[in-house]
This record gives sequence, structure tokens and C-alpha cells, in this order.
Amino acid sequence: MSELRKTPLYEAHVKAGGRIVDFGGWALPVQYSGILEEHRAVREKAGLFDVSHMGEVHLTGPDALPFIQRLVTNDCSKMQVRQIVYSPMCYPDGGVVDDILIYRVCENDYWLVVNASNTGKDYDWILRNISGYDATVKNISSQVAQIAIQGPAAQTILQRNAADDLDSIKFFWCLPAATIAGRKCLVSRTGYTGEDGFEIYCKPEDARHIWDTLLESGKADGLIPAGLGARDSLRFEAALPLYGHEISQSISPLQGNLGFFVKLDKPDFIGREALTAAKQQGLASRVVGLELAGRGVPREGYPVLAAGQEIGRVTSGMFSPTFGRGLAMALVSTEYAKAGTELAIDIRGKAVPVRVVKTPFYKKAYRKG
Amino acid sequence: MSSVKYTREHEWVKVEENIATIGITDFAVQELGDLVYVELPAPGEKIRAGERLAAVESVKAASDVFAPVSGEVVEANEALEDEAGLLNESPMGEGWIARLEMSDPSELDALMDRAQYDEFVKEAGH
Repeated sequence: MSELRKTPLYEAHVKAGGRIVDFGGWALPVQYSGILEEHRAVREKAGLFDVSHMGEVHLTGPDALPFIQRLVTNDCSKMQVRQIVYSPMCYPDGGVVDDILIYRVCENDYWLVVNASNTGKDYDWILRNISGYDATVKNISSQVAQIAIQGPAAQTILQRNAADDLDSIKFFWCLPAATIAGRKCLVSRTGYTGEDGFEIYCKPEDARHIWDTLLESGKADGLIPAGLGARDSLRFEAALPLYGHEISQSISPLQGNLGFFVKLDKPDFIGREALTAAKQQGLASRVVGLELAGRGVPREGYPVLAAGQEIGRVTSGMFSPTFGRGLAMALVSTEYAKAGTELAIDIRGKAVPVRVVKTPFYKKAYRKG
Repeated sequence: MSSVKYTREHEWVKVEENIATIGITDFAVQELGDLVYVELPAPGEKIRAGERLAAVESVKAASDVFAPVSGEVVEANEALEDEAGLLNESPMGEGWIARLEMSDPSELDALMDRAQYDEFVKEAGH
């Protein structure tokens, strides 16, 4: 695995017994003690994630905001300094380039946080569309490490190691010049687990110190390191979309249940025409939640059936650690998308009954207000 | 007389007279992580060596379990239906998956003993 990219925390993962896998070209731990234990820790106490593989793009200049408004589907015009907005970023045909977080770190300075495996593609896309705007863009991914601390005990643990009052950071806000474990970093109240928690952006050379300090400090609170496996099962239960699954170049944000983040009444943005037309015509298919009545585990790609005919495919599926049963998100023909509809999933040749349910499966425990 | 044999797909088979008890190895379980679901064969099912006998699923993925030998399923470990974690706790004991009445015991000759299996795992670069 020598050709894989390593985060600044690679040695820490190996030392902690993390099982390293190739995750889109990155050597990252899929688990340490076990996905179930790590999942439970985040739901009940706290987990620490290395998400340094995520990409960061710095955008600056007088036209930074108008450019972002053109680039993404959500409305960023009312963003204040330190505020964060989540948004899909679309192609002209309404397909998704990526889903990103936009941080307004100063007046005319924004950070776009993008999915690791999309970083190169996103950066190229941004460059291709920036001409005519008085703004400059830089891929700063290699200069930024990222650690997420998530779970009900996250704030207590992080506060013990923070120079700033974390209560002052509201949901989807950040502190661009925070100090954690004596090191300068940006801290935001964000995450990808459905729990309250924070994401810490720091210099690569400070990542290990922050990681070790938090783990040691939070040990008595039940904090453990958590890998990519738990990250996926946690985001899945909270029905947070994963690029390439619930949204993609061929699955629009409207189909992926992200209509709330697509502001069609915004003056102009890439994809607006196509998405407006798609909405007017009615979506042919959309992503729904499916719950198995009985035994079995649905997996990505499994056909979804109505009266024996394929009417969709599973986009993400697993055995839910919290609910102890098989759950799925699936892209299905809209006529079958209503909650309560009885369908089936073809699991290895057997039609297993499922029911369309409202998402998220797990009610998010965010601390808002 | 009983002996345990191993396959390249990480199944084990323990033979007592004409009955083969089948499971997946400690190594396989360690690789798969927390197991959460097992699909068992039905007693009476006739199966050939190399065919899918069962499936075990972790949070992340489903993996097939192949029959190391041919025969008829005489018993499946139903305890696994409620407690797939038995596979993690005791893969070579309480976590057995199924018992087959063998139709061709000579198939056992092609399987590995523990020393050979350990060597195989090592060579596979694990």
C-alpha cells in the first residue's frame, strides 16, 4: 500500500490497531476496535475521526460571494462571517459535481470543504467556471488536516482542551481562530454522524498532538477512535447523503432529497434551468428509505422490486447498528416513493419484503439554537 | 476419529464419521469484523463442493461461505440467527454454521490441514 496517500495521523492509526484500507487512494482505518463498538460510542458517548483526507479549497477576492452563488445551488447571500452553509454543486444538467460545506472565514474569504475523492475534479470545475470573476482559488488540502469529534460527550471533552467557549459556536457556525490543545485551528459545530460534535481543521504538523491530547483527555468520558466503517453507518442512519450513492453525476439533488438546499428562486446558478425543468415535469425517481420487515441485509446495487418488477436500486444499505435490522436508501420510481408503500429487495435472488419509510431513520441529535 | 481441514476461502470443516461440521476460520472472522447477520442453508438442501452454503454479513459487506465438500445439509446453527456475534466470539466452536452429511468424503483430501492453512494465510500476504 506504499502508493497510498497517508494523513498526518497514519502512524497513530497503525499504533492504535486500526485496520488500514485503501479509501479512494488514502490509507485510512476502516475500524479500530470494531464498527459496532465505535458506532455505539458515537451515539452514546463520543468518537474521534481522522478526516484529513477531505479536501479544502480557499476562495478569496471581491467576487468570491457572487462566484459561490453561481457555483452552488444553496443561497449563500445571507451568510455571515463564521457561518457555514451546506450545498450541492451541480453541472448544467442538474447532476451533482459534489456536495460541499462553505465556510465564510473572513469578509471575502471562503473555504469550500469537499469530498476527498472529488477534490481534483471539484478544483478543476471551480477553475473552469471562475473566469470573469474577480476571485482567486487555491487547493489548500495538503496544508490542512481535519479531526472530527462527535457524540453527546464531544463538547465536554473538547471544551476541556479549548481556549475558547464552545457554547459560542452554534450549529453550522465556526471559530476560524480557535485554540485546541494549545494549537491554532478552525473549529466548527458540524459533522457527518447525526450527533452533536465538532470538526477541527489544523496544520498537518499539529494533528498528532491534538489527536493524542483529545483521546487521552476523553478516555474517561468514553471517547474512542472511530474509523470509516462507523462514519458510514452513522451517516447512513441519519440519512445524510454520500456522494456517488444518494447523489451523483446522474442523481440530482432533487432526486437525492436535497431539495431544501436547492434554491430555485435564487437569481442564477449552474444547473438552475435543468433543475427547474425537472421539478416542473416531476421527478421520475427519487431516493427513499426502506425498512426490512424481517431478516436480511440490503446492500448497494440490489434491485428494488414492485410486483416482481425492478423499479429501483439500493444506493446504500446495511444492518443498522442502532435499530438492529436491515435498512436501505434506494433510488426508486416516484410512484413507489410514498411512505408506507410495500416493496421488496432482491437479496441474492430472494425477494425480501420492505416498506418505504420516512428518513432519517435516526433522528439527528444536533444541538441547535 | 475427528480432524479439521481448511479451504482457501477460509472455511473450516470438522469431520466426525460421515458428518462434516462447517464454519469460517478465526482468521476470516478477524478480517470480516463484527458480524451482524448470517443466512443459513435449510436442512435437506443438497449442495456441491464449491457452491454457496451460507452468507455472513458484517456492517460493511456480505461474504459468501462456500461448501468445502458435497452433501446434504442435516443441521444449521440456528443460534446464529439471533446472535451472529457468536461467529466473532467462537468461530471454530459455537459459531459453526452447518452440518452436512457428506456424499464424497474423498473431497476432504484436497483440503489443507492447519499448518498448511497457516502457511497459506501467511503467503497470501495477510
